[in-house]
Amino acid sequence: MAEYKGVLVCGELADGKLASITTELLGCGRKLADELKEHLSCLLASDAVGEASKEAIASGADKVYVVEHPTLKEYQADSYMQVAEKLAKDVSPRVILIGQTSVGRDLAPRLAFRLGTSVTTDCLNLSIDAATKLLVQTRPVYGGNAQAVFTSESMPQIVTVRAKAMSPLERDASRKGEVIPTKIDIDTSKVRTKILETVKEEAVGIKLEDAPVIVSGGRGMGGPQPFQTILKQLADLLHGAVGASRPPADNGWVPEHLHIGLTGKIVAPDVYIAVAISGASQHTAGCSGSKHIIAINKDPEANIFREAEFGVVGKYEEVLPAFTNKLKELLAG
Amino acid sequence: MPVNMIVCCKQVPDPEAPPAVFKVVNNKMTLPPEVKPVIGQYEEFALEAALKIKDATGGKITALSLGNNFVRDVIKKSLAVGADELVLLEDKAFEDGDSWSTANALATAIKKIGTYDIIFCGRQSSDWDAGQVGLGVAEILGIPAVTLARKVEVSDGKAKVERVIPDGYQVIEVTLPAVIIVTSGIGALRYATLKGIMAAAKKQPVVWKPADIGLEPSQTGAAGRRSKLDKLFQPVKESKCEIIEGETVAEAGAKLAVRLREAKLL
Repeated sequence: MAEYKGVLVCGELADGKLASITTELLGCGRKLADELKEHLSCLLASDAVGEASKEAIASGADKVYVVEHPTLKEYQADSYMQVAEKLAKDVSPRVILIGQTSVGRDLAPRLAFRLGTSVTTDCLNLSIDAATKLLVQTRPVYGGNAQAVFTSESMPQIVTVRAKAMSPLERDASRKGEVIPTKIDIDTSKVRTKILETVKEEAVGIKLEDAPVIVSGGRGMGGPQPFQTILKQLADLLHGAVGASRPPADNGWVPEHLHIGLTGKIVAPDVYIAVAISGASQHTAGCSGSKHIIAINKDPEANIFREAEFGVVGKYEEVLPAFTNKLKELLAG
Repeated sequence: MPVNMIVCCKQVPDPEAPPAVFKVVNNKMTLPPEVKPVIGQYEEFALEAALKIKDATGGKITALSLGNNFVRDVIKKSLAVGADELVLLEDKAFEDGDSWSTANALATAIKKIGTYDIIFCGRQSSDWDAGQVGLGVAEILGIPAVTLARKVEVSDGKAKVERVIPDGYQVIEVTLPAVIIVTSGIGALRYATLKGIMAAAKKQPVVWKPADIGLEPSQTGAAGRRSKLDKLFQPVKESKCEIIEGETVAEAGAKLAVRLREAKLL
């Protein structure tokens, strides 16, 4: 039987750079590896990996496996899986960390089933059990209404980790590590999907993930129009962005990429203003990392007031214009 | 060309129930009886995706579900909205499985059903939220899978799928048979017609036990798990919200602006 040792991070690149989720995974992986007294390695697969491999070392990796192939330019499960499966078998890690991202959600369960092991998705907390050396995996369940702790004896232990749940290490360019160019043949005849077109739908202006202030509307907004007027005015005033909970996205009031929550975007702005959002756990899963949450809701019992630091109970149609006008006055003064 | 479709549906406690009613007792989620079971929200989208294809090209839809003690009226909603058959993997031995044992039983049942062009699943169940079963079924059956589908069209033995990505969408072509895993954006599940409800009432689901699909009870449910649930808990959250009040609601709004400036938040 193969011996399973070490921690492997499946990295991602964003615009040619190491993605922030990957630095978070390396930060978490470093702690786990140190606790196990084993090494931390990182897989970077793309058409061109470039300087990102050095960044991975500066962010905590001992070894970086670089796999470059033209078909890896865009993520496609059937090509990436060939790389991940081969490397997982060759490296034989005890733990594999993958981001709970668009790519990770798609890749991790396939990899687990292919390797005959299990995966725990969307983890918020990971630690090593001192006695068994098993990975203790904590994740939210029931739409965030509870948390569950899992362990698995089948190796490798695979998990995906929620964005912003873990902290990256302080970048240290003097860290030593090894970049290992790795050749993996990809059989393109086994790629059963074809990307015909990639369409960008992102709104102009500040991206949700980067916005210091988010003004978010829920089901209680009643329709698409207030997102473009009353919420947008406030967001513009604060140099922020407009977001939404799931119902407005499901109802087509706003595009899907504005959806914040368990199955949408995970954001962590300085200030999150939740307007007419009841605060279902499903939604707060996407915004609970915000530094300050402000709630405006007509229902004093709404769950969002349990998450918020400041709140006003009232109809947004009455609260928000007065709030925005006063704020405009204060900011001008 | 008519398309043979299987839609995997799960009966779950209503996820829209207020957070306060979700209580963990002895490592199990317990809900008061007024919280009714429903078909999971993403499985409803999966059903709608299949119905849209049936509208466009014709075909047959088999709804497939795994669990125990199904509430017939809930799970038969699949028939009422237009599915042609309902297969239930229903037994105590199927209870408390993980993604692995669930996907394995579903895939085994799908092999027994035999004919399929598309297997539709929801992106994640509305209780455990793991998001694995559809991909697991595809891996076990050795067929391709496309995740996060918000639009599906079928022609010439292929499906064209709009797959949601963080900043937009991709159009992906996949050869059939395939698993297509559906997210929101496909459109809400249609209402059942009176005729549909009456037809569903007369129709009996096919019920299979583990032995009917050739599985030992030790391979299913809790006994077949690969990952162990050590603990289920609810983190204690203390509310510390400062409610700003005023003579009128508008005044409270203005005072909130003042308070946030004072606190140097904005």
